[in-house]
Amino acid sequence: MSKRIGIEVSLTVSEAVRLADADVVAAYPITPQTHIVEHLSELVADGELDAEFIPVESEHSAMSTCIGSSAAGARSFTATSAQGLALMHELIYMPPALRLPVVMVVANRAMSPPISIWNDHSDIMAERDTGWIQLFAENGQEVLDLTLQAFRIAEHPEVLLPVAVNLDGFTLSHVIEPVFMPEPAEVGKFLPPYKPALRLDTDNPVSMGVFGIPEIYTEAKKDIDEVLRDSKKTIVKVWDEFEQIFGRRYAPVETYAAEDAETIFIIMGSISETAMTAVDEMRAEGKSVGLARIRLWRPFPDEEFKAAVAKAKKIGVIDRCLTMGSHGNPVFQEIRSLLYPLNDRPYIFNFTLGIGGRDSTRDDFKYIYDRCQVLTDEGQDRFEMVGVME
Amino acid sequence: MAKIDALISWKDMPLGCHVGQPGSTVDFKTGDWRSQRPVLDREKCIYCGLCWIYCPEGCYQDMGPEEKYFQVNLDYCKGCGICAYECPKDAITMVVEEV
Repeated sequence: MSKRIGIEVSLTVSEAVRLADADVVAAYPITPQTHIVEHLSELVADGELDAEFIPVESEHSAMSTCIGSSAAGARSFTATSAQGLALMHELIYMPPALRLPVVMVVANRAMSPPISIWNDHSDIMAERDTGWIQLFAENGQEVLDLTLQAFRIAEHPEVLLPVAVNLDGFTLSHVIEPVFMPEPAEVGKFLPPYKPALRLDTDNPVSMGVFGIPEIYTEAKKDIDEVLRDSKKTIVKVWDEFEQIFGRRYAPVETYAAEDAETIFIIMGSISETAMTAVDEMRAEGKSVGLARIRLWRPFPDEEFKAAVAKAKKIGVIDRCLTMGSHGNPVFQEIRSLLYPLNDRPYIFNFTLGIGGRDSTRDDFKYIYDRCQVLTDEGQDRFEMVGVME
Repeated sequence: MAKIDALISWKDMPLGCHVGQPGSTVDFKTGDWRSQRPVLDREKCIYCGLCWIYCPEGCYQDMGPEEKYFQVNLDYCKGCGICAYECPKDAITMVVEEV
């Protein structure tokens, strides 16, 4: 039986990697990811995790190392944030294309300048289209569980794709939360030892990352895209297995008070906890409001999302990121393009909230609710940056 | 243009687009990328082997101490001209390929 303990959320990531018995950890410290890597370094030094801890000289090298070690058949992990993730960018395309199940945790942080160590989602949104499975966590328990599940999903023979688990920097990474810490025996039932489908082996030589002439490139990319789209059914299956063993249920999209809601907020990450409180308060005032939280961002769960917002008349999409020069931000673009073909489509509005660590409050969600009504009545279509000083 | 034997469906793509047959690039003849080809003047050649060393594609073959020269394999030579540039005796001339 799992024990419930109080633990800093960053350390739950390290403990999940220990429970997953990773073989290689390669990472470079960057705020707010630092505690994850520090604790992994301790676990390896103390002999609690039998892994190679490789303190690389940059994030570019961290991802390069993970690609190499994963290709050699090792269960490989890294973690990063913001500019560190950006420095990995050219390597980020390789694990999906080479079908290497690297697991990465991103403690989401704003992109500088101006220099910000605080939370938003602009770092991972720059990696949106790279072929990684991408998950967003709401709380400490979910961070631990998703990290553990990430290895199972990534290494599943029908998937073999890298997984990025996103947790909000500071608002999640640096808080202490009560968490059920799984027992190694339970984890053993859930996560079998890693058996690579393909690896660098002198007895059976293969070349990875080879040339792709124009006659083959399109097919190579289509293959990865299909595998990524198809991975949703395995992800859901893995979540079912997880529930059977650990009793905690995961789904691609979570809803709160959304069944009959006329206005629905769309959210990713930890601010949904604040949003739920705001929904409760607005419901008490008789307002028809709920929320849908996207946990599985890539592959995007089209059907589950459509079902979650089927009855909504107005949708307020909350992005933690600013897409410069566009009419809307990444989550909004996704959702409006998904729902546009519907005959009876809802009004869809976009709000940028809480970028660069600005606090997101219950009042912000009440403001967004009000704006959804006003914009609908006025027939307006524009996105707003909530709380920006004019 | 190089002939591709058969276009592959995305459904038949090998896992991660890997190549499971070592040395299979031999099947991919790059000679038709060439616009100029190296021509050797054997009178000037001193059999030093710099063309063989510098060729980025390993196209030069050592013809041995009897023949005393290195022969370019035009199936693969892309016509980069490095051999001609490096030859200390200017024994290699790049000649435009006639179409």
